[in-house]
Amino acid sequence: MDRRTFLKGSAALGLAAPQIAMPAVAQGAKVLRFVPQANLANFDPIWGTQYVVRNAGTLVWDMLYGVDAQLKPQRQMVESEEVSGDQLTWTFRLRPGQTFHDGEPVLAKDVVASLTRWMARDPIGLMIRGIQDDLAAVDDRTFRWRLKKPFPKLLYALGKTNAPMALIMPERIAKTDPFTQITEYVGSGPMTFVRNEWVPGARAVFQKFAGYKPRAEPNSWLAGGKHILVDRVEWVIMPDAATASAALQNGEVDWWENPISDLVPLLRKNANLNVDIADPLGNVGSFRMNHLYPPFDNPKIRQAVMTAMNQEDYMRAIVGDDDSLWKPLPGFFTPGTPLYSEAGGAHVGKGDLKLGQKLLKEAGYKGEPVVCIVAQDQGITKAQGDITADLLKQMGFNVDFVATDWGTTGTRRASKAPPSQGGWNMFHTWHAGADCINPAGYPAVRASGDKAWFGWPNVPPVEAAIAEWFDAADPAAEKAAIDKVNAAACEGVVYVPTGFFLGYQAWRKSVSGIVKGPIPFTWGVSKA
Amino acid sequence: MLGYIGRRILATIPVMAVVGLFVFSLLYFAPGDPAAIIAGDQATPEDVARIRASLGLDRPFLVRFGEWSWQILHGDLGTSIFTNLPVTTMIGQRVQPTVSLMLVTLILAIVVAVPLGVVAAWKAGSLIDRLVMGLAVLGFSVPVFVVGYVLAYVFALELGWLPVQGYTPIEQGLWPWFANLILPAVTLGLVYIALIARVTRATMLDVLSQDYVRTARAKGLAQGPVLFIHALKNAAVPIVTVIGIGIALLIGGAVVTETVFAIPGLGRLTVDAILRRDYPVIQGVVLLFSFVYVLVNLAIDLFYTLLDPRIRY
Repeated sequence: MDRRTFLKGSAALGLAAPQIAMPAVAQGAKVLRFVPQANLANFDPIWGTQYVVRNAGTLVWDMLYGVDAQLKPQRQMVESEEVSGDQLTWTFRLRPGQTFHDGEPVLAKDVVASLTRWMARDPIGLMIRGIQDDLAAVDDRTFRWRLKKPFPKLLYALGKTNAPMALIMPERIAKTDPFTQITEYVGSGPMTFVRNEWVPGARAVFQKFAGYKPRAEPNSWLAGGKHILVDRVEWVIMPDAATASAALQNGEVDWWENPISDLVPLLRKNANLNVDIADPLGNVGSFRMNHLYPPFDNPKIRQAVMTAMNQEDYMRAIVGDDDSLWKPLPGFFTPGTPLYSEAGGAHVGKGDLKLGQKLLKEAGYKGEPVVCIVAQDQGITKAQGDITADLLKQMGFNVDFVATDWGTTGTRRASKAPPSQGGWNMFHTWHAGADCINPAGYPAVRASGDKAWFGWPNVPPVEAAIAEWFDAADPAAEKAAIDKVNAAACEGVVYVPTGFFLGYQAWRKSVSGIVKGPIPFTWGVSKA
Repeated sequence: MLGYIGRRILATIPVMAVVGLFVFSLLYFAPGDPAAIIAGDQATPEDVARIRASLGLDRPFLVRFGEWSWQILHGDLGTSIFTNLPVTTMIGQRVQPTVSLMLVTLILAIVVAVPLGVVAAWKAGSLIDRLVMGLAVLGFSVPVFVVGYVLAYVFALELGWLPVQGYTPIEQGLWPWFANLILPAVTLGLVYIALIARVTRATMLDVLSQDYVRTARAKGLAQGPVLFIHALKNAAVPIVTVIGIGIALLIGGAVVTETVFAIPGLGRLTVDAILRRDYPVIQGVVLLFSFVYVLVNLAIDLFYTLLDPRIRY
């Protein structure tokens, strides 16, 4: 083999037959380059409930209803609905002329199959399924839902932002087992998914769907006309915040969903950029205690921790010195939303260490080790875990700090084994504020024992108050029920809220129409 | 020679088998559950169990290992748990950026480091020598991500000469392809340049003290031919060896470099897969890396025969 042959062969091995699809972008096409919060590793919004999948899902699949910025469900795919006098039969009629990306019309049978799949995976969907008598297509544009008991939150459930959302797919796709991933990404939403340009971990591409018919109303979050004002949206996955920051400043991307607060001062100095709060509903920080095992099976010990912890410590560890990014949260529901409550929360997170130590002593803590699992690969959990470990040591707990990654935390927190045998006593997480506006999509606040979320709190007054909320027929009754939930959850320490915090988004000034919301809404966004 | 090559290639089979068993066992016994990650925060334990079952993760070790081995024997690396894409497709999507980065880095490192090492040996003890060795220490000491950020800041943000991030396939133009690789290659290549330059200097110092070099000089040969024809050729075997070993360094360094410069290569694919516990992808990529490493070692062994005719297999 001579040198030239060798070089030719090497080049052929390394560089030939590339499999990265070549983007076929028409000249002059408006392309919006967006850096999402995470990698779009899968694209089934029912099978995988990560926020990033949900966010992408809203581009491709449409919904029957969508909540607006006032958190009210508004008609989206639905033209009209009728409910019987006994509130047990709902009849829905679809808007005419809606088509899927493959050209097939959207029919009632597609909706029935989609809702059936969604109900199997969604907590509120499971509740509806539990009281469902029948869900069936009446004709091509009409479907009927018969329930065994009234469910006043039905339209909210169909239009909520929590994952999994009730997205509508063609029947052939929606018939896929809800625990198996779909293989076709066909929806009737305002954008199509360009599958052959999808490189998981690197990029995902969406193109404007010419056949989409937006509603006439102005858009507001998931409601109203979803007008797409660019030809193409490219999601560029950037795991490194500094790189994303530099790319935004250099004009290589247009919009960054979640810049870290450390970089925000730098971005603010750039005259070409806008920086603003991303989601006014923010996030609720939390740590959960395992109610099944000592020491946290003792409500007095849980109360001691809740009293001693200082939310300011947690919030500063997460967002730094920017006071506009956090608020104390003496409760469990998102500040600024209609059901926000401080009932029973006067003592939460005030940082009264001495009182906490006194309560701990009175509760009879016997020095059992506290297995505190902390995911180090998530900035928010790591920051909270470090604060908690210090707090517990100051209180006099015997702390077994388990530094691990989020993947391991996800598995270990599901274990009901004793802490000494692979279980746990405490782990840290956070919840999107959009999930904490009411109990419907908020499993973390449930306290139904074995059926509750990790930690398995068993606080019957919380469950009773949540049931009252589900049955509440008017806002006043809803608020009264939520006050009871909050007070009972504080009393029983369902979990410990570490505070309410916000995050930023940043975009180039050539981009307009970006709104604050729990999802980076692409409709209404244009680029000069 | 052909017989030797054949035997070496056959010898890769047991090596790959051991690597495969080791990787599979490690992932099987490591904590973490992709089903829990997929199911998300709101899932019940029953949901997680159903997803685990649908992915076949609830079956015994031997059944899963047997099935995976059978797939491998048929050239099938399996399907990603998360993306539902064949692992071969995912690797195929990522090969070009990583190969491009490694090739450019390798060429840059050799072109820069070998002459630097030769000159440092020739001028041993001089200011040039100290400068080159100082550069080498710097190359070893400064973390890859620091170099990457500094270069991106200077050459992309401040001067605007090069892009901050990304990768452009070579079919879209040689310059766009190269422009995206310059900063990552320099970043990744620094440690490699340092390694090769130090080894070249040390080996050359030894060779330059040999009698035949003194003879070459005594018969009036110019410095260039003495250094690069007589001395360097005889110093080449250790240098080639360290270049081969350095390819492992490149694979490891590519993970960080690809992250810093948002290059969609195999390094990032590996890290993403590990964090998500995407077992088929991890297994596929590790097998590929092992195979490449075995082949590189074979190539280096064969290259020895070109450099030193006394070596025969």
